[in-house]
Amino acid sequence: MPDLTTNYLGLQLRNPVVASAGPISQSVTGIRSLADAGVGAVVMYSLFEEQVRRQAEYTAELAMVHEPFAEATAFLPGVHHDPDGITQYLKLLEVAADAVDVPVIASLNGAAPGSWTTMARHLEEAGAAALELNIYFVPGDLTMTGADVERRHLEIVRAVKETVRVPVAVKLSPYFSSVGHFCLALDEVGVDGLVLFNRFLQPDIDVDRLEVRSGVTLSSPNEARLPRTWIAVLRDKVRASLAATSGVADHEDVVKYILAGADVVMSTSALVRHGAAHARGLVDGLDAWLERKDLTLAAARGLLAVPPHTPAAGYERAGYVASLLKAKEVYGSLN
Amino acid sequence: MNERVIIDGNEAAADVAYRLTELCSIYPITPSSTMAELADEWASKGRTNVWGQVPTVIEMQSEGGAAGAMHGALQGGALSTTFTASQGLLLMIPNLFRIAGELTSSVFHVAARSLATQGLSIFGDHQDVMAIRQTGVCLLSSASVQEAHDMAAVAHLATLLTRLPVVHFFDGFRTSHELNTVELLTDDQLRELVPRELVLEHRARALSPANPFIRGTAQNPDTYFQSRETANPFYDRTPETMAAAMRRFAEVAGREYSLVEYHGDPNAERVVVVMGSGVEAVIPVVEHLNREQGATGVLFVRLYRPFPTEAFLDALPQSVRRIAVLDRTKEPGAGGEPLFLDVNSALGEAYSSGRRATMPQVVGGRYGLSSKEFTPAMVKAVFAELERPNPRPRFTVGINDDVTHLSLEHDPSFQLPDPDTVGAVFYGLGSDGTVGANKNTIKILGSSGEMYAQGYFVYDSKKSGSRTVSHLRFGPNPIRAPYLVARADFVGCHHWSILERVDVLEFARPGATLLVNSPHPADELWDRLPGPVQERIAELGIDLYCIDASRVARAAGLGSRTNTILQTCFFAISGVLPREEAFERIKDAITKTYARKSAEVVRKNHLAVEQSLAHLHRVPVPSAATGTRAMLAAVPDDAPEFVRTVTATMLEGRGDLLPVSALPVDGTYPSGTTRYEKRNISDIVAVWDPEACIQCGNCSFVCPHSVLRAKYYPQDKLSLAPDGFLSAPLDAAGLPDTSYTLQVYAEDCTGCGLCVEACPVKPIGQPSRRAINLEPVADRSTERRAVEFFEELPLNNRARVDFGTVRGTQFLQPLFEFSGACSGCGETPYLKLLTQLFGDRASVANATGCSSIYGGNLPTTPWATNAEGRGPAWSNSLFEDNAEFGLGLRLAADLHEDLARTRLGELRTEIGDDALVEALLHAPQRHESELQAQAARLKQLLARLEGMEGAKAADLRSVADHLLRRSVWIVGGDGWAYDIGSAGVDHVLASGRDVNVLVLDTEVYSNTGGQASKSTPLGAVAKFAAGGKLTNKKDMAMQAMAYGSVYVARVAMGADPQQTLKAFREAEAYDGPSLIIAYSHCIAHGYDIRKGLDQQYKAVNSGHWPLMRYNPVLRNNGANPFLLDSPRPRLSLADYQGAELRYQVLHTTDPVEAERLAAHAQQQVDRRWAEYEELATRGPEAFAADTRRGEINA
Repeated sequence: MPDLTTNYLGLQLRNPVVASAGPISQSVTGIRSLADAGVGAVVMYSLFEEQVRRQAEYTAELAMVHEPFAEATAFLPGVHHDPDGITQYLKLLEVAADAVDVPVIASLNGAAPGSWTTMARHLEEAGAAALELNIYFVPGDLTMTGADVERRHLEIVRAVKETVRVPVAVKLSPYFSSVGHFCLALDEVGVDGLVLFNRFLQPDIDVDRLEVRSGVTLSSPNEARLPRTWIAVLRDKVRASLAATSGVADHEDVVKYILAGADVVMSTSALVRHGAAHARGLVDGLDAWLERKDLTLAAARGLLAVPPHTPAAGYERAGYVASLLKAKEVYGSLN
Repeated sequence: MNERVIIDGNEAAADVAYRLTELCSIYPITPSSTMAELADEWASKGRTNVWGQVPTVIEMQSEGGAAGAMHGALQGGALSTTFTASQGLLLMIPNLFRIAGELTSSVFHVAARSLATQGLSIFGDHQDVMAIRQTGVCLLSSASVQEAHDMAAVAHLATLLTRLPVVHFFDGFRTSHELNTVELLTDDQLRELVPRELVLEHRARALSPANPFIRGTAQNPDTYFQSRETANPFYDRTPETMAAAMRRFAEVAGREYSLVEYHGDPNAERVVVVMGSGVEAVIPVVEHLNREQGATGVLFVRLYRPFPTEAFLDALPQSVRRIAVLDRTKEPGAGGEPLFLDVNSALGEAYSSGRRATMPQVVGGRYGLSSKEFTPAMVKAVFAELERPNPRPRFTVGINDDVTHLSLEHDPSFQLPDPDTVGAVFYGLGSDGTVGANKNTIKILGSSGEMYAQGYFVYDSKKSGSRTVSHLRFGPNPIRAPYLVARADFVGCHHWSILERVDVLEFARPGATLLVNSPHPADELWDRLPGPVQERIAELGIDLYCIDASRVARAAGLGSRTNTILQTCFFAISGVLPREEAFERIKDAITKTYARKSAEVVRKNHLAVEQSLAHLHRVPVPSAATGTRAMLAAVPDDAPEFVRTVTATMLEGRGDLLPVSALPVDGTYPSGTTRYEKRNISDIVAVWDPEACIQCGNCSFVCPHSVLRAKYYPQDKLSLAPDGFLSAPLDAAGLPDTSYTLQVYAEDCTGCGLCVEACPVKPIGQPSRRAINLEPVADRSTERRAVEFFEELPLNNRARVDFGTVRGTQFLQPLFEFSGACSGCGETPYLKLLTQLFGDRASVANATGCSSIYGGNLPTTPWATNAEGRGPAWSNSLFEDNAEFGLGLRLAADLHEDLARTRLGELRTEIGDDALVEALLHAPQRHESELQAQAARLKQLLARLEGMEGAKAADLRSVADHLLRRSVWIVGGDGWAYDIGSAGVDHVLASGRDVNVLVLDTEVYSNTGGQASKSTPLGAVAKFAAGGKLTNKKDMAMQAMAYGSVYVARVAMGADPQQTLKAFREAEAYDGPSLIIAYSHCIAHGYDIRKGLDQQYKAVNSGHWPLMRYNPVLRNNGANPFLLDSPRPRLSLADYQGAELRYQVLHTTDPVEAERLAAHAQQQVDRRWAEYEELATRGPEAFAADTRRGEINA
């Protein structure tokens, strides 16, 4: 039986399948079911700072409902007057970290630069094995330059790294002018892991109700191609661990990411679709595949990465040209 | 050094009680609920008593239940205590006799409160504790917040020493809700005070199979009497033992108390005897009088039962010639009030036995009922009365009794403020944060260690937009002033609208400072003030400041929250603390409150503190008033006389001045007075968009305040319409040239937004708008004129309105309007519907609770009348007996209907219209058209009876109205229906009589502040369920269905208004008992109530609240009587619960438990749904038959 143990962010995982931030990790039961299904680590659902702040303001508004009339000076027990997202998240993290024997990684989605470090410290104190910074700017600000965006990312990572002792990964958007270069820059400031990629959740339009509709759609295996390409490029180019996320439906997708060079492979959509137990299939499938191919995990990892010293652009371009030729074979000339 | 804290009387007492008990059996009742809530919170946090055990805190179904559980626990050997007041204490009386009769150590902490007599009152006096003085318990009184703490300890010790139960009481609200500086007793001190051996002795007296005995026998004439006398030595010893307990307390804690305490001249000739907080108003007067002329004193009775005759006689100077005994209670018909009688008998016996050389003249006075102010001025009047040649033997003080002329006149300008104490008064609106900020201010000042502080908060009777007045005192000396601040150094008026309606300088001293939160710039402020306010400012030489706090708050990103800013200004102007120090302390308090949640909120508040001063302006005050602007009238000139005189006076906050003669003798008040009180409490109101509107009636259906009214009328009426009157062509076939108006009563709208949420229309391209929207309104004169015109339009004929549709009901006149319920209340739309459908022939029995408060709290009440003067007849009996009370209304109606029918038959010839008599007797009256026909016949009958002579005709006239089927409604909340009134509800439903029980189910005791009931859902956090409710919500519908003869419906207006309408109509038409359980969203659930309807939808569609009807008529007709009206759940329970804090708090405090309970709750919902589905597919034979009528069928 192949050895699946994996080093991710300096943490020793029993295998490279990681449950990424999603709804299942919103409860202790959910986190426990992921651990029971055999995942190597659990990334907890993202603590959205803006949401927390809104919640805090909302509860402050609700708190003003207190003292409305002589007989009712409040409506909830005093001990519980002000529940808020942070306390709830920290409490869950604390309990979950105790309840399972795999590392629980906290995911933080901050908004204002100043509060990242405070939040990060709270998460570390609550028992997070590592932090995943989910730096997500809503791209509505037309005045912010690409350089500004990159600088802000680097500042946040640097500040958090200075604040906490646990490892810090950063989950990125693919929409940088030069993703590879930026990953190197992050590596330079000492990030412990790169999680590729964040999905840019885009609103839809309802033509009947004439409304903009927000919503989350689950990912499909096709979406794995972009992160896989970048992982293949970055393999052995950075010191940081590489985590692949998006489009992992079955064990073959896990294998593909490993072959491209991912240290760990994360899944959310498939687990939401099929339940936490689906993780067992991913791990077992990887295990069986390695056995069938008679490969060790270490040997498989990065087997199909862009070879060192190959100019990535050329490799990509070659892949692009090959894709076009293949398409012509299938569909005939596109002209 | 003991810790010094700022707490209220309830916390002071509970803090000791909890630490010296093993069991608290509890039930909510104002003003004592806080004690029980704290006990529950402490237990849920694992706080232990002084012996290291976490006490058990258990909520019971009533105070009777709490006392019963306590009795059992005591017999089981546990140290037990409870907290109660008023009617709650009355419900404990049977057990008090028992517990005392068995010589059982126990303590009852009571926040003493008025009793429900001609009216209910939540406020403080001694009527409740005086009603138990015959039970054999000890009655121990506390006069202040510190005493409530200390006497609690003495009570717990003394009960173990004496074996007698102790009722420890303090004045409701005045002491229970007053914040004051208290030195806390440590656990060590309490352990030292109450030795373990006493606990062991108590335990040794318990029932135990290891040492069996029988207690609680039935006794016979041979020995009952003697047995009753066996306890005498215990009562004889108790005063001395209690005194010993107080001495022991002094050794441990250093504060000295005695059974009876005398202050004043040792050679006094005139003495006042008093109990409770009132003594603190008497002491300064005695000191003042003695400085001037001497010879006065006050005797404070701390132990009232057993009456400490010896201690009383010892304490009273021999020199006393005249005594005024002040009772804070009323015993109509008695020779005098209880303390007066006890004093008289003690003195009489002492004099006649030679124990005392002289017999002083003793007079008795009543004061302070229902927290009526009791001030030094009133005390002075009492002493003045004692100096008169012939003092009145009985008197009252504090009111103007112009009927029996018992009241003493007093001069309110006589005041004895401590010159070193600063007084401040703040006017705010409920929920605006003023009270919270003031509590915070007191804590800031009181925590300095050098300063003492006091806070007392007065609310008006509304649940939305209520006016709050905070009375604060600070100073270097302990503050003992149990009355309002009468000479304030500082007055803060936090809303301009208050300034235009009441005299905010009522409590100001000359030269005081007034801070106004003003939307007007400083240089315009003076001219904007009403003339009378200008006059008062000039007359008192007020130092005037203003700030546009709302603007500063918005600029700092704080929205509408102005409290931090106004608090900062108070500190800056008043100088009670050095400015910089005060600001630092405010900022510290902000940081403490918000730091963990959001650095941003902290930053914004700190910014607000920093920016406040830049916007604070001193306003130059001319030497005299210059303006002519009048104060806003409380009611319009065309209101009925009673409203213009009595009601208006109460609305202006001057009800204390109303003389006895102004008030009804038996608690009977005119209906429908809210219509005269245009409160204008919201800056945003509903605005109708006639073009987008589809006239569906949904908005009007859900409006909690009856401010959306619809009429259709001939188009030509519009020629007289004022500008701004909105209308649209009526959207209905067959009625051409007809217009439709949805009129917003803008002055009554609370801006809750439920109408907006209910509106199904989204104008194209404006997804955030509806056909009705909330918009700011500054000047409501256009709306006022529109309403006047609208009211002149004729009401639509009920016969032409389709009652069966939501759309149709909008044209029915609501006879429940403009109540003071919370903005967006989830209960009131149901009541409004009830009155639209059946109001003109309805009698309503209303259980005590929210609905009896917004339904019946003075000054104005919402149950209204129609143009013919008919409307719902409403009454509230008690909390626990409402179903029985309503059944009584039904029985009376049935009796008188029967009498009417008999007399009608007997007078058939005299009436001379056989067809009319026949129809009156036999025509059906189940449907609206039939009822209208009967109403018309009734009018004919009355016309024929007019002038007819003879006893039978007179009889018939007196009861003829019963020939029109009376609709009896029994209304209340879940605290009543599921808990305290459950047995009565059950019995009434089983009676088979034609009553309609409407349960406004908010799933908590809303009125007393959100305590858990048996309706509270599994996993929800509520007071008394601080760790999450551990059991399932009771399924009342299933219980009621089991009888087979009860019509049952579960409705949720926000999910399916049509089903609600159908259920109300079917229930009322059903000839037998009906039960409607109505989902009522509530601010106690912890979310923005504007989303109330959405939450109702989710409650139904998650299966939490499946809609159903059970109609026995269907079974009788051979069909399945169980109708499942909601679709199979398509949301998870978590989707419904996620939005509400009551569910979310447990996820914060105990996520594992929260998940466990959530999983159970989901399973329970699934299970119940399956059961309901199965019921819906059964044949009629599977259900119980309605055995009252018909053969066994189906």
